[in-house]
Amino acid sequence: MSDLSLETSSKVSAYDLEDLIEWDRRIREKVDEFGLDCFPQEFEICDHNQMLGYMAYSGMPSHYPHWSYGKAFEKLKTLYDHGVTGIPYEMVINSSPAIAYLMRDNTLLLQILTIAHVYGHNDFNKNNFTFKSTRAELTVETFKAHALRIRRYVEDPSIGMEKVERVLDAAHALQFQCRRNLAIRKLSREEQIDRAVENAQPRSDPFQKIHARQERVEPDLRKVPTEPDEDVLLFIRDHNPYLADWEKDLLTIVDEEAKFFIAMIETKIMNEGWATYWHKKILEALGLGQGLHLEFLVRHNQVARPIPGQLNPYHLGLKIWEDVYRRWSEPTAEEIKRDGAPTKPAREKLFEIREVERDVSFLRRYLTEDLLREMDIFQYEARGEDYVVSKVADDEGWREVKEALVKNVGTNSIPVIKVEDADFGQNRTLYLKHYHDGRDLHLEYAEKTIAYLQRLWAREVVIETSLEGKKSLLCCNDRGFSVRALK
Amino acid sequence: MATSETIFREYRPSDAERSDRSAGDRLRHRQKVRESIRENIADIIAEESIIGKDKDRVIKVPLRGIKEYRFVYGDNSGGAAQGDGDSRPGQVVGKTGKDGPGKGDDMAGDRPGVDYYETDVTLEELIEIMFEDLELPNLERRALREIQSDYSTKRKGYRHVGIRVRLDKRRTAKQRVMRMLARDRRVNGNGAGDGVLAQPDEPRAEDEAPGLSALHPGVEVGLRKRRFPFHQDDLRYKHIEVDTREESNAAVICIMDTSGSMDTMKKYLARSFFFLLYQFISTRYRNVEIVFIAHHTEASEVTEEEFFHKGESGGTFISSGYVKALEIIHERYHPSLWNVYAFHCSDGDNFDSDNPTALKAGEELAEICNLFGYGEIKPLGSRYYESSMLNVFRRIQAPNFHTVLIERKEDIWPSFKAFLAKDRIKE
Repeated sequence: MSDLSLETSSKVSAYDLEDLIEWDRRIREKVDEFGLDCFPQEFEICDHNQMLGYMAYSGMPSHYPHWSYGKAFEKLKTLYDHGVTGIPYEMVINSSPAIAYLMRDNTLLLQILTIAHVYGHNDFNKNNFTFKSTRAELTVETFKAHALRIRRYVEDPSIGMEKVERVLDAAHALQFQCRRNLAIRKLSREEQIDRAVENAQPRSDPFQKIHARQERVEPDLRKVPTEPDEDVLLFIRDHNPYLADWEKDLLTIVDEEAKFFIAMIETKIMNEGWATYWHKKILEALGLGQGLHLEFLVRHNQVARPIPGQLNPYHLGLKIWEDVYRRWSEPTAEEIKRDGAPTKPAREKLFEIREVERDVSFLRRYLTEDLLREMDIFQYEARGEDYVVSKVADDEGWREVKEALVKNVGTNSIPVIKVEDADFGQNRTLYLKHYHDGRDLHLEYAEKTIAYLQRLWAREVVIETSLEGKKSLLCCNDRGFSVRALK
Repeated sequence: MATSETIFREYRPSDAERSDRSAGDRLRHRQKVRESIRENIADIIAEESIIGKDKDRVIKVPLRGIKEYRFVYGDNSGGAAQGDGDSRPGQVVGKTGKDGPGKGDDMAGDRPGVDYYETDVTLEELIEIMFEDLELPNLERRALREIQSDYSTKRKGYRHVGIRVRLDKRRTAKQRVMRMLARDRRVNGNGAGDGVLAQPDEPRAEDEAPGLSALHPGVEVGLRKRRFPFHQDDLRYKHIEVDTREESNAAVICIMDTSGSMDTMKKYLARSFFFLLYQFISTRYRNVEIVFIAHHTEASEVTEEEFFHKGESGGTFISSGYVKALEIIHERYHPSLWNVYAFHCSDGDNFDSDNPTALKAGEELAEICNLFGYGEIKPLGSRYYESSMLNVFRRIQAPNFHTVLIERKEDIWPSFKAFLAKDRIKE
């Protein structure tokens, strides 16, 4: 799912479905001509209320009930009614066939632009490697099955809404504490043990005579988990013996949904940039009439304009894609000297990148110093009450700016917390470790979230972290929450 | 991709009306907001000076239960953003505690601060939530009932006539189908056989609007055959009955100490208590008499306005207030006809010689009242050097006499609830 949001337009549409189908045919000609490779596509025309509804449920035609979606809806509606935010022009679900919603109040040009944009997303979702782990042909059915199961638990007189909510509230809080790169296979416990044993073998050393003999460290094979586990919900599901089957099922469902959305979170900039790049190409190639073309220029600029003080993924993504295309088609002499001559045609390069990169690697490899400077991207940090620009993209600062940017992209904005030990102190205390990267946890949020962890684990939970440079332990047990300093 | 056709599904208004699928979740969310408000009422009352405020006044209420927490980075995290072309180090771009610079970027939606945690409620709504499960305890049946405590409407059955808004479309449609089946059976005369699906062979003249085919040449004959309009007899309306519940007469007597020892803080606490009581009675009961008595060494009946806003001074004879109350009760609210509730707030700093009289009057009050409550206002610290009536009143044995101690603002709500909670009666 992704959205393209701008301020609302209330113009009454002066076109009908036949027009849209005709424009769609012409757009698809271009799509084929450019070599985009898409799932079958379905468009559904909806009004703004339906759109708000789809947004609240992340676009899913069916989704399990939970009050947080009611809250999301109210919030979206309030913002929309007060004119704070516009409503997206479209929404695409990563499924096969790809489902996209079109707002019926939009002008013809907006619909054309949106349809072209949707095919961009469609191609990306079908081909990018992060989406391979989500099985697009089953998306809609999976969500439907989830909804059905959860509704059944809610209606079950021995379970009921309150109990289901208790588990869902907690599971939602921990939803994204899961593996981020789903293309890397998770080893089974046996494989992990094999690996631990293998690592414990002494390395063959050609200079044994002059080196001190290496101490052999026995791996602790009884420890659970053998290797730190990032899938917190699944770990609790598999290792808390007191959970009922329906509770385990809820954790599985929430985890599966998180994994579905991880792919989108991980490719937001690339994906939006890609769709924007292609809607621009397609609309330029369509030969629009003068009126439509002028409106296209206006709308396109609204979508892909830089927003000072923020990062517009449409703008950033588009810039990088265009820059890659230029560097591979007509590089400057300086760039050839620095990077060597392009080895493959520019378009082929684009398609390769859309398949094998995600936001983090995309920015690392293709966001150049020149581009950073051109876009005036800066790094900011908190100083007292204010956020202050700390580094700008000049000769000495650009690397750090880029690093700060990468740190906030995709799932990097979610702290990495892994389960280290399920039986800490032989007490069935759950020991987790926050992999600190210079950013502290928000303590109030951590306190509330760790309480959810304890609710699911049903025993004491501790998290090792670092607060203002000091190693600390956040504990949560029946007596409440406490922070202890670690030596 | 060119192999498969793109599908366009057209907008259907009927779908849009039906597809309000977030309704259930929205309802649940609102319930949670309400719960959250209820849990925080003691704090709200302590923080907001709600006395004598306009009912439409909007109060900001923090919502605790419904914030969605996750592990997120705190304020020291910083980040990167795009500038307007000439950003310089040192430039201020935003405030911490908000969503980073600007309005919060799309990518870091997991930052704290994006979640709203306050809601606006009007005082009236708040009072309604507050008093949901409170009641005047021990309300007994007395002769001459005249209070309407409840006024509600209830659905009861269906009628052939009614106003348009109460038309029951489902039942009306059913009636029409029934009539149609009955007619088919009659026309075809094929009784129980395949009557359900049978169509009349001949289009019947009365079912056809004249000139229909001329107006709509495209309409098929088959369609015309099946036309079977609604008849006046098919219409069914929901019937609504008004349900009033009557309860016995009740009078509430508010007695407040306005002597010199009642300083601003004490008066504030006492008035807050009575304000809640007043609000409670006027929201929950349609017809309860309220009497206000202010006393120092002498007692007098005062108006609501005076009771809540006027200050007086002087010594304290608590008995005076009680005697005045007894007087009024005997005059106007005879206990055989009325449920009487008396509440008294004082700092307990009574003139020693008055204690025996006060005790006696108190006992008498407890005897004739359904409930007699005494709230002693002792802001923290003043407790040790002032005398207290709590010790004196301990000798009153009546089960319907209750005392509470109010030390600070936070105590008002719990003590109020202690007096009026529904389940207290069962204890």
